[in-house]
Amino acid sequence: MSTATVEKETTGTPDGGSAASHKISVTFRLRRFNPEVSAEVTWQDFRIDIDPKERVLDALHQIKWEEDGTLTFRRSCAHGICGSDAMRINGRNRLACKTLIKDLNPAKPITVEPIKGLTVLKDLVVDMEPFFQAYRDVMPFLITSGNEPTRERRQSSEDRERFDDTTKCILCAACTSSCPVFWNDGQYFGPAAIVNAHRFIFDSRDEGGEQRLEILNEKEGVWRCRTTFNCSEACPRGIEVTKAIQEVKRAIITRRF
Amino acid sequence: MQTHKYDTVIVGAGGAGMRAAIEATKRSRTAVLTKLYPTRSHTGAAQGGMAAALANVEEDNWEWHTFDTVKGGDYLVDQDAAEILAKEAIDSVLDLEKMGLPFNRTPEGTIDQRRFGGHTRNHGEAAVRRSCYAADRTGHMILQTLYQNCVKEGVEFYNEFYVLDLLLNEVDGVKKAAGVVALELATGELHVFRAKAIVFASGGTGKFYKVSSNAHTLTGDGQAAAFRRGLPLEDMEFFQFHPTGIWKMGILLTEGARGEGGILRNKDGERFMERYAPTIKDLAPRDMVSRSIYTEIREGRGCGPDADHVYLDLTHLPPEQLDAKLPDITEFARTYLGIEPYTDPIPIQPTAHYAMGGIPTNVKGEVLINNTDIVPGLYAAGEVACVSVHGANRLGTNSLLDINVFGRRAGIAAAEYAATADFVELPEAPEKFVADEVTRMRDASGGESVAAIRRELQETMDRNAMVFRTEQTLKQAREDIVELRARYKNVSVQDKGRRFNTDLLEALELGNLLELAEVLVVSALARKESRGGHYREDFPDRDDVNFMRHTMAYREVDPEGNESIRLDYKPVVQTRYQPMERKY
Repeated sequence: MSTATVEKETTGTPDGGSAASHKISVTFRLRRFNPEVSAEVTWQDFRIDIDPKERVLDALHQIKWEEDGTLTFRRSCAHGICGSDAMRINGRNRLACKTLIKDLNPAKPITVEPIKGLTVLKDLVVDMEPFFQAYRDVMPFLITSGNEPTRERRQSSEDRERFDDTTKCILCAACTSSCPVFWNDGQYFGPAAIVNAHRFIFDSRDEGGEQRLEILNEKEGVWRCRTTFNCSEACPRGIEVTKAIQEVKRAIITRRF
Repeated sequence: MQTHKYDTVIVGAGGAGMRAAIEATKRSRTAVLTKLYPTRSHTGAAQGGMAAALANVEEDNWEWHTFDTVKGGDYLVDQDAAEILAKEAIDSVLDLEKMGLPFNRTPEGTIDQRRFGGHTRNHGEAAVRRSCYAADRTGHMILQTLYQNCVKEGVEFYNEFYVLDLLLNEVDGVKKAAGVVALELATGELHVFRAKAIVFASGGTGKFYKVSSNAHTLTGDGQAAAFRRGLPLEDMEFFQFHPTGIWKMGILLTEGARGEGGILRNKDGERFMERYAPTIKDLAPRDMVSRSIYTEIREGRGCGPDADHVYLDLTHLPPEQLDAKLPDITEFARTYLGIEPYTDPIPIQPTAHYAMGGIPTNVKGEVLINNTDIVPGLYAAGEVACVSVHGANRLGTNSLLDINVFGRRAGIAAAEYAATADFVELPEAPEKFVADEVTRMRDASGGESVAAIRRELQETMDRNAMVFRTEQTLKQAREDIVELRARYKNVSVQDKGRRFNTDLLEALELGNLLELAEVLVVSALARKESRGGHYREDFPDRDDVNFMRHTMAYREVDPEGNESIRLDYKPVVQTRYQPMERKY
């Protein structure tokens, strides 16, 4: 087991002001898989010197750029808005770009592995197709009938607020791939698809609620949810995912939304 | 290698690409090729809003919007294009609302609007509420809404297909679009897509700077592909530095923060923008605010132990307003800086943000091969393109507008062209250029590292080609880039595999960045004036006599295979506005 050692970088400002960079030595324990090389999964340790104020994504980049170019992961915006880099970090689903090393325990090895329940293609990259298929299956678009108005549809601020939380979803799959039901049953729509159904069911402009509720009332729909709250804890956008699922369940029963 | 045939192929699935795809799919057999899953595109990072003179909350009209766009762009804007942008803005916003976009609402239930930099009432009298917004995640909402509508329309996506080459072929002496070559990231396989019409909507190139609001993946792939095939790039010296990036990290903090009342302060707590733009102060256009910030820092009024940043102060705004209107950016401050914006000011510095220049197009989105002629079948829209509606400096909220107005136009024009055009023969061995590049890099053992070359490129660009430029700094940048390009020839990757080879991907992206950085610097060296985002300390004034014209940069290769950049110029389209001194 490695121990983190604090060392001040010589280039840092002497007064220890916020400009100073204090690097510490941290071990990253990464789950590696490359079927072109071997069918076996391995764990590999990388010990690097890094400022604990940096993101886990920065550490992965440092490893890829300076130690092992074959390390493979998805990323794009690097500040928690594009949803590319959901990973299982120390056993919990998070975005690598929104997780600072100091907020983990850098004294112990930090484990990074792909999100669960989706087929691993290489290292931290999983097959996202089943996830997006579930999303597409709930008809995630505004459904209306009749003539379109010439100006905008009116909506009160209260009606707009009703579904505000679920509009924040970035489709990173952190919630769905944290769900034990989804791990065991790949047919289950999963929390993210239900969140995106919620976003339309509770939109006062939408007229497709009944259709979506029927879809989610099916065997692989909302009733599979066991309210373990993993999804709410995993959501990097702070969406109250379990609450949204409960609201959809209630709407199926009461047909009021 | 696989070959596919579509009427219309769209390259890129951000705002412009998906807006084009919604139109093109209704009219022609369309495929969208995208390096990223569509919802990963950087449109999603845009925060503050989309401009349109809806006049929902106060008097406004498209003519004022046109004027602001032209003045904001320091009169390098093509005024016919700006007029289209401002006029079609209104329907563009209403279209998005009808597609489902959850805008913030007024008490009457209409789309709410807020103030943004450089958008004014009656030609500069005071700031006007023109930005239609959804909290501080308007880009996210636009990207999601467009993707939702692509799902609804059944748009066919090829996700994680990286387009590396544009195929053109001559028909009766005219170069026409024939197809593109793409690398399928999952398998490493090359695909040739034949198409009657091609729309490039592949986004920006901000990763040649170090402190940047841009995603890692914004590497100018479309611009570089066009440039290598002999097409010009317009106004590449004009690059926007957004005033408020998180200090050192570059993460964007929306101008909407100042639209909501946020104030920039130096180390003395002074609201310094009062000195630089007495009328609209913190809401001056971005180029002016970024220069003002660096002037404060250079004159010793910066904050922190190294006096290398200033503060964005939101502490006087009620926490409820921050929670309702600026929830994401306040969370960024908490997550990345450990700062509570209710009580503490946020350290910021300008961050490389947006390329005003790009692949030249006319107002239909048709790509130009010179000052007047088009490439039949080839279109471009969004940040990859230069219409030019942004001129020398883009106004905030005009880019979310640009992608919707010109993405739509390009999608319609491409599909309509495809309906009557024939396929153009592919050139011989169409995949050869890409196949050779990929093989060279995968098999090379030159030992030069992609990460090292990229870091050095970013460092020289930040040091020498940023907000303030001189002949000396630009020459230094050019010298550095030439050397880095020579080293790049010996670059090798560690990952020799085919499956998800992101090592190779980054190497290919770096080639594009190097090529485009040189175009930026060469164009900037020749522009011996200061205009908008291009500020030359050795030529501090705007020079309308010699430089009110667009730069057109061409790649030339002599018979020995030596590359060079040739510069030409194109007149600015002027309709109703005469250039005036730009004061706010």
